[in-house]
Amino acid sequence: MAKTFEKGNVAIAKAAVAAGCKYYFGYPITPQSDIPEYLSGVLPSVGGQFVQAESEVASINMLLGAGATGKRAMTSSSSPGISLKQEGISYMAGSEVPGVIVNVQRSGPGLGGIAPSQGDYFQATRGGGHGDYRIFVLAPSSVQEMYDLTVLAFDLADQYRMPAMVLADAMLGMMKEPLDEWVPEPKAFDKGDWALGGASGRPGRRVKSLFLGDGELAEHNWRLAEKYREIREKAVRVDVQVPDGCELAVVAFGSAARIAKSAVDRANDEGRRVGLIRPITLWPFPTAEIREVAERGVPLLAVELNTGQMVEDVRLSSEGRSPVTFAGWPPGYLPSPDDVYGEIARRLAGGEKVA
Amino acid sequence: MNHDVIMAGFGGQGILMIGNLLAVSGLRQGLQVTFFPSYGVEMRGGTANCTVTLSDRAVGSPVTSRPFGVIAMNEPSVAKFGPRIRPGGVLVWNASLVGPDAFARDDIRSVGVRCNEIAEDLGNAKLASMVALGAYVAVTGVVDVARIGEALSEVLPEKAHKLIPLNLDAIEAGRAAADEPGGDGHG
Amino acid sequence: MKAVFTRPESLTDKPFHFCPGCHHGVIHRLVAEAIDHYGVREKTIGAASVGCSVFLYDYFDIDVVESPHGRAPAVATGIKRANPDRFVLLYQGDGDLAAIGTAEIIHAANRGENLTVVFVNNTVYGMTGGQMAPTTLLGQPTTTSPYGREFGQDGYPIKMTEMLAQLEGVGYAARVAVDTPARLAKARKAVFQAFETQVEEKGMGFVEILATCPTNWGLPPLEAVKRVETEMIPYFPLGVYKERKGKDFL
Repeated sequence: MAKTFEKGNVAIAKAAVAAGCKYYFGYPITPQSDIPEYLSGVLPSVGGQFVQAESEVASINMLLGAGATGKRAMTSSSSPGISLKQEGISYMAGSEVPGVIVNVQRSGPGLGGIAPSQGDYFQATRGGGHGDYRIFVLAPSSVQEMYDLTVLAFDLADQYRMPAMVLADAMLGMMKEPLDEWVPEPKAFDKGDWALGGASGRPGRRVKSLFLGDGELAEHNWRLAEKYREIREKAVRVDVQVPDGCELAVVAFGSAARIAKSAVDRANDEGRRVGLIRPITLWPFPTAEIREVAERGVPLLAVELNTGQMVEDVRLSSEGRSPVTFAGWPPGYLPSPDDVYGEIARRLAGGEKVA
Repeated sequence: MNHDVIMAGFGGQGILMIGNLLAVSGLRQGLQVTFFPSYGVEMRGGTANCTVTLSDRAVGSPVTSRPFGVIAMNEPSVAKFGPRIRPGGVLVWNASLVGPDAFARDDIRSVGVRCNEIAEDLGNAKLASMVALGAYVAVTGVVDVARIGEALSEVLPEKAHKLIPLNLDAIEAGRAAADEPGGDGHG
Repeated sequence: MKAVFTRPESLTDKPFHFCPGCHHGVIHRLVAEAIDHYGVREKTIGAASVGCSVFLYDYFDIDVVESPHGRAPAVATGIKRANPDRFVLLYQGDGDLAAIGTAEIIHAANRGENLTVVFVNNTVYGMTGGQMAPTTLLGQPTTTSPYGREFGQDGYPIKMTEMLAQLEGVGYAARVAVDTPARLAKARKAVFQAFETQVEEKGMGFVEILATCPTNWGLPPLEAVKRVETEMIPYFPLGVYKERKGKDFL
């Protein structure tokens, strides 16, 4: 099939349907409303259900309910709405219920605005709600990746029985690009030993996060920690373009990586050697891959659409092996490739002290 | 090749439509393309703009501070985006709504087209932005005009397909206007 | 020998943890009888709430999802929409349903979700230690209304059944009590009716049950039972507030 020309938000919605998601629960909020608008039209025709809930709080709990029965389901929102969903995300993590959550980030704190932002990096990668847990965080950087990573999010959520978040932003949601709407092979995930469907021929079963027995909760948390350790080992995705001899490597994800790529291309066109590291999974973070670059002595420049969040993970990954600096733009001013190029040029000229 | 163009005007002038159309035309010509529109509250003020990038390699930034080209359908758009054009770039401006003295630069190619009058002569005032796109494509050669014809059936909703010939007329009229001696404005 | 008292099949053999004189045990039994009567044990998915009722999943031999505080109607909506052939049961207390989960119950009801809701109103937060509930009666002292609930400060006790009965999506709404054998029989009928409403897909089946909490009321069990009649029923009148006969949605 020829590529279509599609909006990022719609690519996410189409990917959900292609991945076999039949249930969507959400509440309108700019800049992601294309997702519920599209799915409200399509899901009924594939035997699914679309529910416009009374709030984001209700939507995430509907996702918890549908997910607990083993069905593929999704909710989507944007920053302030994702804050409201944190309660349910924590319960899903605690009760090990799979589900996909899309955050098309806008600006905060508070009502902020609707401009693109990467201000929710900490919230997403640190769990966001109460308790000691993590969720998958996938950061698409193109309309095609909005599609591909949404498909992947459903598989990862099912494979590891936990929430998976697609962390996009207003730029990726609103922009249009060519899209290959490939149809994924349905993967069989055996949910027979945990999903609820009525206690037919067996005792009743629970999907829960309350553990009051002696030592029970500690054991539960350790088991989750072990799962997270395995994921850190197996599920990292990152695009590393740092050839030998690089004088600097930019680290950026999502839309910032797109802007940074133009700046990096320009520097290389001008005869400098600048690399680009683009984390695709923000959790698990590509710690080992960044450390490898740092061990080669390549200075790192974290570029973000915020005042400095992912840079902390870059520093932790470098562990002092090479200098890490930061350039960021909070929402309300969208940096151009020239802005990022300026920051690169300053570092190449030795004008930036290591923070 | 890396061609970026900002299109801007009043809401309702069909700015996002011609942006989409140029992008899809580029896509069907085998180019990498992105289209980034203004949206939300930004639109409530009655202005609209979008950035289209066409390239023969993967497109980096979908936004630009210094575009190669600008299509400006009203005076505020000329004032806002005209100064940002890279030297050697192209400005197509709507001479129906923008006076000849509104803006001047001697390091770009500036083409004034009376888009509204041409569209009205064709019988549909809504075609003004299509006229401007025809002029822009003629001046820059960024895509084949034939590709635009193909892309129209993809971009226009089914019920508007009967208007495709009229849209093609508007694009052709824009091309002709850009070619006229004096079609070059005060560049 | 004729058995005069047997444990409903859908209850586990785990002894109730409830305080002496608490009505949760009686109400659990009514609900279990309804599950057995309608033969839905093997297709029931429960949405447990937060409060004393959270241990529902220890006592009922059915599948149960634990919901965040107040969110059971949303969780249940997700279950039911993805599994319309399953029977979905909610059991919520007054803090859960009438305070923190007000939005969820009202909108699930308004959407006409085919759910059965058992709402236990004992005018107090039980599990957290006797704090004021939205249904706490005027003048009733609690640990957060030590001088008694006063309307100028705390507003009035909320009447959920009357409110929900107004919504088109609700197929059945009733308020009952279990303090006397006669009322227990009516309560049983009402719980059954709330089940039947879901079975017949007539929208939400809602039953509010006035219940005791001797521990947090500071009363001996027998006096607590008397309070249901002397103080609760006068403010929360019993009766069937809504009963849809057919699928006569607007």
